[in-house]
Amino acid sequence: MARTLIHAPTTARKGEVLEIRTLIAHPMETGYRAGADGRTLPRDIIRRFSCRYNGEVVFSADLYPAISANPYLAFNVVADASGSLTFTWEGDNGFAQTESATITVS
Amino acid sequence: MLALAWLLGWASAFAQSAPDSKRSGFDTMSPRIQAMQRDDQQNPGMLWVADGEVLWNKIFGITFSCAHCHGDAKKSMRGVAARYPDWDPIDKKPVDLTQRINLCRTRHQLVLPLPPESEEMLGLEAYVAHQSRGMPMAPSAAKELDAPRERGRQQYEQRIGQLNLSCALCHDKLPGHMLAGATIPQGHVNGYPTYRLEWQGMGSLQRRLRNCLSGVRAEPPPFNSTEMVELELYLAQRSAGLKIETPAVRP
Repeated sequence: MARTLIHAPTTARKGEVLEIRTLIAHPMETGYRAGADGRTLPRDIIRRFSCRYNGEVVFSADLYPAISANPYLAFNVVADASGSLTFTWEGDNGFAQTESATITVS
Repeated sequence: MLALAWLLGWASAFAQSAPDSKRSGFDTMSPRIQAMQRDDQQNPGMLWVADGEVLWNKIFGITFSCAHCHGDAKKSMRGVAARYPDWDPIDKKPVDLTQRINLCRTRHQLVLPLPPESEEMLGLEAYVAHQSRGMPMAPSAAKELDAPRERGRQQYEQRIGQLNLSCALCHDKLPGHMLAGATIPQGHVNGYPTYRLEWQGMGSLQRRLRNCLSGVRAEPPPFNSTEMVELELYLAQRSAGLKIETPAVRP
């Protein structure tokens, strides 16, 4: 189970622009580095991040080997309706992590 | 008379500059990395702190969690990291925070010690040290620590390695200057364990010291060796008064 830190407001006014910040623990092994035994370490990265707001994708990103370990992603969404934000990270070796946050829009 | 006035002025300037001449590595970092450390949602070190909190409450072996004896770490561990390394009256030697956690494990929890630089150890240490964030470093005043601390100071000033450098040559004499693309910091120890961008991960003070030692092409002492702890003791004294930043972020 990967560890995540998510900052998302729990309440907002309709139409407000919200900043969402996410951080996930992941080695982001590039696939180019040599290990202690001299052999190349196999690639192990997160390939895709997406954020769904009440089921609809509002932000997504493709990640590549040059991105650092423990990737931090911050983005904005417009508060539209009360509901849930679902964050999904998918990557090599079947890595998949989903977290969610609820938001009340008045 | 003029000379006396000049001397007095010089002396008072020195007296004033001495306390605030200590500067945390935080001050010489780029604003972006500073922002990363300041914001707990951006600081990757907080991942280890969160891990440590889970481990604090986890029952190891068949008996106790840390919380069974120490209760809420936010209260019981506040100020602890500011004091370490401290004297262990049972083993009659100085121990750093990592060793203290392992002593607790072997003496009270009756489980195996955690290996140095393991994720669990870094998590627990980060969680414990994080409780002292914002407090000034206040090294233990135990009399027994004077001799080992002095040996640590000698190590700090001793030229070593193929490059024939001492810690003091860079960190006392040349802080603020450049070493290739990096600014030489004063080398204070107020943010460990630290998330280092170069490591892409968390590391203890001993890892950092070994890094520097192999940098001057000296043979680094093994983890948890007497030399390491003595050096840590002197460094803690040297950083006394600086606010603890754990988990700090460094380039």
